[in-house]
Amino acid sequence: MADVSLRQLHKTFDRTEAVRGIDLDIAHEEFVVLVGPSGCGKSTTLRMIAGLEEITAGEVLIEGAIVNDVAAKDRDIAMVFQNYALYPHMTVHQNMSFGLRLRKYPKAEIESRVADAARILSITNLLGRRPRQLSGGQRQRVAMGRAIVRDPKVFLFDEPLSNLDAKLRGQMRIEIKRIHQQVRTTTVYVTHDQVEAMTLADRVVVMNDGLIEQVGTPSELYDTPRTRFVAGFIGSPAMNFIPCELIDGGNGAVAAKVDDVMTLPLPAERGARYRDYLGRSMVLGIRPEHVRERRAGDGADGVECVVSPDVVEPLGMETMVYFSLNGSDLCARVAPEASPSPSAPLSLSIDPRRAHLIDPETDLVL
Amino acid sequence: MASTGNMNSETAAARSRTRDRRWALIMAYACLLLFVVFFLFPPFYMLLTSLKTNREIASLSTNPWIIEMGVTFTHYIDLLTKTAFPTYFLNTAIVTLCVVAITMVFSVLAAYALSRLKFWGAGVLATGIFLTYLVPDTLLFIPLFKIIGGLGLLNSKWSLVLIYPTLTVPFCTWIMIGYFSSIPRELDEAALIDGANHMQMLLKVFVPVALPGIIAAMIFAFTVSWAAFLYPLAYIYSDSEMVLTVGTVTTLIKGDVFHWGGLMAGALLAAAPPVIIYAFLMDYYIAGLTSGATKG
Repeated sequence: MADVSLRQLHKTFDRTEAVRGIDLDIAHEEFVVLVGPSGCGKSTTLRMIAGLEEITAGEVLIEGAIVNDVAAKDRDIAMVFQNYALYPHMTVHQNMSFGLRLRKYPKAEIESRVADAARILSITNLLGRRPRQLSGGQRQRVAMGRAIVRDPKVFLFDEPLSNLDAKLRGQMRIEIKRIHQQVRTTTVYVTHDQVEAMTLADRVVVMNDGLIEQVGTPSELYDTPRTRFVAGFIGSPAMNFIPCELIDGGNGAVAAKVDDVMTLPLPAERGARYRDYLGRSMVLGIRPEHVRERRAGDGADGVECVVSPDVVEPLGMETMVYFSLNGSDLCARVAPEASPSPSAPLSLSIDPRRAHLIDPETDLVL
Repeated sequence: MASTGNMNSETAAARSRTRDRRWALIMAYACLLLFVVFFLFPPFYMLLTSLKTNREIASLSTNPWIIEMGVTFTHYIDLLTKTAFPTYFLNTAIVTLCVVAITMVFSVLAAYALSRLKFWGAGVLATGIFLTYLVPDTLLFIPLFKIIGGLGLLNSKWSLVLIYPTLTVPFCTWIMIGYFSSIPRELDEAALIDGANHMQMLLKVFVPVALPGIIAAMIFAFTVSWAAFLYPLAYIYSDSEMVLTVGTVTTLIKGDVFHWGGLMAGALLAAAPPVIIYAFLMDYYIAGLTSGATKG
């Protein structure tokens, strides 16, 4: 049985529809990340699970029971907020134990739970401090501690790392993963950062405009995106999209023709799938990491394409090359040894096996 | 060479900054001094007059800025033993204590409801409450006289306990709405998920977090109640129910005879409690208590 289930969940604010019918099952101990651009309804969905937002239509089930009319405090969930929401007048210990004290837990039990959580989060030495004496990362730990001591059925995280600087965000991401491995509580985590989603999640739910675009493991989303939105949202830098025409490649195969600039023969095994679209305008999707510098040993595997780089971004372990191809702005991930420069033409190799073909009418990846 | 030149210009800039700062400080202290002299002059003159003998107060030939004919405590002793001043003081204290308590209970509850329970018409109601505060008491005291009379509370200090909150509750509610609105909503939501009901949320989260605002509201209610003049003048006429403001004046001004020494002593004693309370509560009046609740 799923720990959390959403059935045709809708939310309407005044006349705007924030969430437009969501179905999702979250398994026991699973870490699910809702990801999407701002305004896609991910936070609203989380708040409906928490009981902080009324449900316009549909159902939220926790451990099989419909909780639509159950108050937030009786849903046995704990939430970590973006801006921590610590009680400023209470010490760390009091912040963490507040929920247990309200629920009249025995004193000894409260003490042991707070001590355990503090040890997991390595904040034992901060228990006597007040929130204003803590750094951002420490506050975030306390907010998590407040959730952990409750030992709830579900953890809800609402963009918990958005207020931290990049370095700390990376550290806390690892920390959250470690804590989940240790505490193993069903978790729903909301973020707009696809890196967070990919690194933390057992399964990622990509949302857009109040609907779910795709649900899958991080590698499923990366390798086989279902829609153009998912293809463009997952991965950094984003996938390149190149308008093309689908032509017959001979021997039952098809090829993507980008005007007179280049023709990319697509893998033969996909020929049958793509045949119906022959002669139509399509969009070719290819990730920057599958466009690299041409090397001596490259045979027929990669399609060669000579470009003149507009901008070159050396990142140390790799170099990003931005260029324009037939009117589309594209990006390639190149080994630093290729030492590309904006003045010299660069020979690139595109891996057609990693290309995706998108129907521009439906925006579905074929 | 270049670096030396740089350093020179840097030290020059630093020196000019220090000079600017010194001038700013001098000006600030000069203004403060002026301010202090201006505001401390009345209490100083009151103290001086209250310690002079009647003969010196009446004399036109002595220097009014110093005590020439010896210090006397007669005015204080007379005030405390020969007049009903202690009764007035007690009455004022009782009235003020009750008014502050009533005001805080009503305005904290009202402000919480108006700022957080999103009920129909909350916004209009909040504005309406504030508008009632804008009606001057000089317009209200005659109709209120009828009401107080109808309740049989004329010439009773309890009439004041009933009336003052009509002045203090709207304003304090308004202050508290502002403070409660500045508390981030995530804090209520965290408390809600932690299992708090509305009363627990109010008492365990809102009141402690909004303490500076609550103290500001208390100071306001205290001041209004301690210093009110018009209502006691209109509704109270016996010594046993009288309060400080009206009592001191009616006792010590007989016809056209002003007992200056007693008046000044009475005014000083009457002003002491607010001064002491301000001095103590100002320490608590620390804004920024909410910092650290959320990102900051």
